[in-house]
Amino acid sequence: MATVEIRNVRKAFGPVQVLHGVNVDIADGEFVVLVGPSGCGKSTLLRMLAGLENITSGEIAIGPRVVNNVPPKDRDIAMVFQNYALYPHMTVFDNMAFSMKLAKAPKEVMEQEVGRAAKILGLEALLQRYPRQLSGGQRQRVAMGRAIVRNPQVFLFDEPLSNLDAKLRVQMRAEIKELHQRLRVTTVYVTHDQIEAMTMADKIVVMNGGHVEQVGPPLELYDRPANLFVAGFIGSPAMNLVKGGPGEGGFQAEGGAVLPLPQSARGEAGIYGIRPEHIQLREDGIPATVVLVEPTGSETQVVARIGETPLTCAFRERVTARPGETIHIMPEMGLVHLFESGSGRRLAA
Amino acid sequence: MSATTASAWTKPQQQANWLVRLFDWKPFLAFACLLPAAGLLLVFLTYPLGLGIWLAFTDTTIGRSGYWVGIENFQYLLEDPLWWNAVFYSVFYTGIATIGKFALGLWLALLLNNHLPFKSLLRAIILLPWIVPTVLSAIAFWWIYDPQFSIISFLLVDKLGILDNYIDFLGSAWPARFSLIAANIWRGIPFVAISLLAGLQTISPSLYEAALLDGSTGWQRFRYITFPMLMPILAIVMTFSIIFTFTDFQLVYAITRGGPVNSTHLLATLAFQRGIPGGQLGEGAAIAVSMIPFLVFATLFSYFGLARRKWQQGEGND
Repeated sequence: MATVEIRNVRKAFGPVQVLHGVNVDIADGEFVVLVGPSGCGKSTLLRMLAGLENITSGEIAIGPRVVNNVPPKDRDIAMVFQNYALYPHMTVFDNMAFSMKLAKAPKEVMEQEVGRAAKILGLEALLQRYPRQLSGGQRQRVAMGRAIVRNPQVFLFDEPLSNLDAKLRVQMRAEIKELHQRLRVTTVYVTHDQIEAMTMADKIVVMNGGHVEQVGPPLELYDRPANLFVAGFIGSPAMNLVKGGPGEGGFQAEGGAVLPLPQSARGEAGIYGIRPEHIQLREDGIPATVVLVEPTGSETQVVARIGETPLTCAFRERVTARPGETIHIMPEMGLVHLFESGSGRRLAA
Repeated sequence: MSATTASAWTKPQQQANWLVRLFDWKPFLAFACLLPAAGLLLVFLTYPLGLGIWLAFTDTTIGRSGYWVGIENFQYLLEDPLWWNAVFYSVFYTGIATIGKFALGLWLALLLNNHLPFKSLLRAIILLPWIVPTVLSAIAFWWIYDPQFSIISFLLVDKLGILDNYIDFLGSAWPARFSLIAANIWRGIPFVAISLLAGLQTISPSLYEAALLDGSTGWQRFRYITFPMLMPILAIVMTFSIIFTFTDFQLVYAITRGGPVNSTHLLATLAFQRGIPGGQLGEGAAIAVSMIPFLVFATLFSYFGLARRKWQQGEGND
């Protein structure tokens, strides 16, 4: 196990800069998720950590050792690929034992190590099968088994769940997290799915356009997003972001709505953010016209308009209102986020 | 109003004429569509093959239709040293040329699979030897192997001074045999290289990355990933290559005509020699037919020995 330090790392493919100086510190045994939209550079960063891409400038250290010029096989890492990259012409056993075979390990050691990993992942019955005879979830497990057998300092996962169906994804998510809790190996996990990031991470690194937008524990990112991008990216359904400015009686939205501002709010707020789940139904609330009602069972998502400003709300209670009818809603005052309109930075509210 | 007219209108029940009904009948349609292809195959493939096999059991000569003589032609061939010689050289030619083509072709394919500048231009150039009509390249090789004007002799003797005498490529048996094999390898490399390149490109790059992380060396990646994953396509390309090489005619006939002293006769050239210039159609046909067992064996060997792999896509084996 080891710490990982990424110091001012940049990456350019020819004239195209894809990473503009990234800094991340990863503690020993930590589960870090790199999350961001497609093309934000998260996979590139992971591949640089693995040694599959070279580092244009900056430093990456695994443990005490700077690995910029260390070849992948000597970095003591193991990676799970998005398409699993299982060797199709080898059985599950051979796939998992391949690294030991290359290192000319004795047969007993290979059997023992593969057996241990197979037991952790419940693959004992599948060891003589070929990858194409396995289901998606089983292939995923074999790919993890191959990583476990290596006994690495760091696990790297590159969007490992994106090829699975929704139900299996939830199950494998739990399995990976459980595995991490059992093995306590430093893990770097790349995904574009913020729910995966929220549920699995000890620490989330939100990336966008080659920059790190915010680093922190999941709930800190949820409670105190550092900027508009993180505010919009983390949380589902996404936070309502309303443009406007402070005016008489509260926040004057561009659509005409007046939303209540917290006492401590300062003058320069340009964007008003409120999460759908932080809007309540209240008798004395602001009247709003229902546009859309989506009951999900556990909660009801409602899109309602105050003036011309649409707000997405998620209520725990069941809403019987139909589109066109009026409901009364109120943002929870303490959970309002305010952002500067130009830079998108969070205002300390 | 439009709604009422729409519902009131029904398609008039037309009685289709017999031709339309005939073409709507699936068995007839299938038969009619197959007919042109089947006809061509019958006339240009089945008939000549059948005729050749029939001729092999007769004593036909040019200008005289023959009589059925049973296996007499084959009995004669078994005692004919020239036939044995052709069998030997056909197998030798095919064996050495195939090894050469696949070694060089695979190497070329691996080189072309890298990121190179002008990649597509290079690939097009590689194909050139294969596009040129065989007889043309054979004539070029005839010049290259000429005892007096050979460019190889010119380079080695006059320019570099490595040898003292011009090489007599085609004047005696073994140099001639190897010269023909070299020409065949040159001609066969593009087919092998391009086919294997196509095979190489189906191998996912992430497998190499995974192997890189697993600690493999370049040779190990070739040995454990490239080679086994290329095996299916290798087997098919090799089957084709063996068939084409074993039945080769043009190159040998254009360069040496089977000489010197019949040392470079392949079964195909010998069959032609006996059958057309020699006039012994029955015997020539028998020589041609004697290639069939070799071809069947080579095909079966490649097909069953190499092609089917349990891990491949296809019917389940579990």
